[in-house]
Amino acid sequence: MNIVVLVKQVPDSGSERKLDPADNTVARAAADNVINEMDEYAIEEALTIKEAQGGEVTVLTVGPDSATDAIRKALSMGADKAVHVVDDAIHGSCAVQTSAVIAAALGQMEYDLVMCGAEATDAQLSVMPALLAERLGLPQLSGARKVTIEGGTAKVERQTDGGFWALEAPLPAIISTWDTINEPRYPSFKGIMAAKKKPVETRSLADLGLDAGSVGLASATSKVLDFAGRPPKGEGVKVTDEGDGAQKFVDYLAGQKIV
Amino acid sequence: MPVDRELPSREAEDLLALTREIADAELAPKAAEHERAERFPREVFRLLGDAGLMGLPFPEEIGGGGQPYAVYLQVLEELAARWATVALGISVHTLACSPVANFGTEAQRRDLLPEMVGGTLLGAYSLSEAHAGSDVAAMRASATPSDDGWLARGEKAWVTHGGHADFYSTFLRTPVDGDRAISCFHLTPDLPGFSAAKPEEKMGLTGSTTAAIRLDDVPVPADRLVGEPGRGMAIALGALDSGRLGVSAVAVGLAQSALDVAVAYAVERSAFGRPIAEHQGVAFLLADMAAAVESARATYLVAARRKDAGKPFSRQASIAKLVATDAAMKVTTDAVQVLGGAGYTRDHPAERYMREAKVMQIFEGTNQIQRMVIGRHLTSEVVPPAG
Ligand SMILES: Cc1cc2nc3c(=O)[nH]c(=O)nc-3n(C[C@H](O)[C@H](O)[C@H](O)COP(=O)(O)OP(=O)(O)OC[C@H]3O[C@@H](n4cnc5c(N)ncnc54)[C@H](O)[C@@H]3O)c2cc1C
Ligand SMILES: Cc1cc2nc3c(=O)[nH]c(=O)nc-3n(C[C@H](O)[C@H](O)[C@H](O)COP(=O)(O)OP(=O)(O)OC[C@H]3O[C@@H](n4cnc5c(N)ncnc54)[C@H](O)[C@@H]3O)c2cc1C
Repeated sequence: MNIVVLVKQVPDSGSERKLDPADNTVARAAADNVINEMDEYAIEEALTIKEAQGGEVTVLTVGPDSATDAIRKALSMGADKAVHVVDDAIHGSCAVQTSAVIAAALGQMEYDLVMCGAEATDAQLSVMPALLAERLGLPQLSGARKVTIEGGTAKVERQTDGGFWALEAPLPAIISTWDTINEPRYPSFKGIMAAKKKPVETRSLADLGLDAGSVGLASATSKVLDFAGRPPKGEGVKVTDEGDGAQKFVDYLAGQKIV
Repeated sequence: MPVDRELPSREAEDLLALTREIADAELAPKAAEHERAERFPREVFRLLGDAGLMGLPFPEEIGGGGQPYAVYLQVLEELAARWATVALGISVHTLACSPVANFGTEAQRRDLLPEMVGGTLLGAYSLSEAHAGSDVAAMRASATPSDDGWLARGEKAWVTHGGHADFYSTFLRTPVDGDRAISCFHLTPDLPGFSAAKPEEKMGLTGSTTAAIRLDDVPVPADRLVGEPGRGMAIALGALDSGRLGVSAVAVGLAQSALDVAVAYAVERSAFGRPIAEHQGVAFLLADMAAAVESARATYLVAARRKDAGKPFSRQASIAKLVATDAAMKVTTDAVQVLGGAGYTRDHPAERYMREAKVMQIFEGTNQIQRMVIGRHLTSEVVPPAG
């Protein structure tokens, strides 16, 4: 079972995140960049499958030079090798363009399964699995909270608000996972040491046979025109208790259609 | 703001980063609750074992991390800054592994060590007895030769991890050539007659279990003797020199946390119209706390680097233990002072840190004993004064 896990490096969702006012793209240089949290669950699931069934786990990322840190993290958790697509022309790409790059890279790899996070914490579009499934002609099993791989078939429980759907598809397929699926392992000290010796191949757009003009900010299908910070919290409502505090409180909640 | 450390390699930097990641996520959020409930966190040691943090100073050939003491101790310090009980536990575990690692037979090293330094098994170090703490040579628990090994009897006291540990490096009185010297044994709780008493009710480090161990005619197989018979005292004291460095690092981590809590509070809290940190009386207190933390760190690192270089370090280890644990006592006490009334309540960690610091001046040789060791080194290594 050879599995490719898609990994995106994102600004840490726990610290302040900014857009670069020059071109309205993510300000990565100043950010605390980490592996997209949801992708750690995909890696963990891929490693679990590999440990049970054999094969290799390869990490694929599209991102700037600094994304090697995310790759190292995945390798130190136990992935075997990595492919890093890095090219200045990719800067500012939209989801559609990014999916073309990822699809081209996948086209040069051998896999039975592609796994990714259900969403990236920076853009949160949750569209990547669908875009890739369309481009590669693969079945898409998205939003999994449980995965079983058996006899050339992938079965997943797709998480929904009220419960789950049972889905099934032949391999190769693409599966995206939520954080309900497992508890990602920490890298071990030995894993960190071993990761330094694992192969990481870099690919440019030319290596993938892609035209630089087809990606990047200039030809993106969508552009961020303007942005604003989250508005500061409002003043709130003060209820003065003159013996009828509870009533006023309930009236307020009812007014907000909360009760 | 993490402590900015001078580390010898990229490898060591990655190790410290991993330590902080795990400690922030798995130790810091659990410490207060476990300490209040007096609950020993066995599962945390499993996690640290899986991460490779339970055998850092041992050679890679025997499953260790191959790290110099100067790096291992800084890992301990980072762990202690989040949860002293866990850092102390690793230090005791390291101490417990060292007799087999340094004096074990080929077979013992091959069969026992991987699971010990790999952290699957948790260790304890059993030297003290109720009447023999500082004066360990007065110990009475004994092992006498039997047909196929030894028969152990008596009661050991104050055993950190007592009742939870999977192996106990235990020092017992043995008759050797007519002389009743001390020997080291690798005991396991499955041996018949081995039992742990009810844990002590302590002032601090309440998540760390401390218990007496009863040995009721325990049959000890011959291959559980570690090192030569009669060599136990040398093994014990040699291990303690390294153990004292471990306690020093734990004390510095604890003191660093107390300082951080105090500074954070002092810039937030206002009195007489400005943050208390801007009153010189408080600022100077904070400055002295920082000076104590940083000088204690420097002191243990000096001793560790001597050890790593293969130089004698016993005197420096005792100095580090003395300086670091006295610093921790002072800094944690002052942290309570900086927080005022809030510091005296259990809503803030300062009072717990203060309770935890106290025992560090007591175990692995009280600070009076450290002074005794330092004094003996001075008088036995007299050099003619310069000039
Ligand atoms: C604030 C913001 C707003 C944006 N708005 C838009 C927009 O409106 N329209 C648009 O087309 N683009 C937009 N983008 C760009 C788009 O998000 C990126 O091109 C991104 O690579 C794809 O979308 P996503 O990260 O939301 O992926 P998601 O679909 O949320 O990610 C799912 C999974 O796909 C994988 N994945 C995603 N990106 C990569 C990658 N680069 N390398 C490897 N694996 C990857 C990861 O496993 C991830 O967990 C925006 C970006 C930002 C930061
Ligand atoms: C929480 C905790 C965990 C422990 N863990 C372990 C463990 O894992 N393994 C283990 O073997 N032991 C352990 N100990 C035991 C510890 O090492 C002893 O308590 C310590 O060595 C002191 O011995 P004592 O309690 O018998 O005090 P005593 O030796 O009775 O000392 C009492 C006082 O007299 C002073 N004193 C004694 N002799 C002299 C002297 N010659 N000159 C000046 N002052 C002197 C001491 O400094 C002390 O102040 C632990 C103790 C505690 C509290």
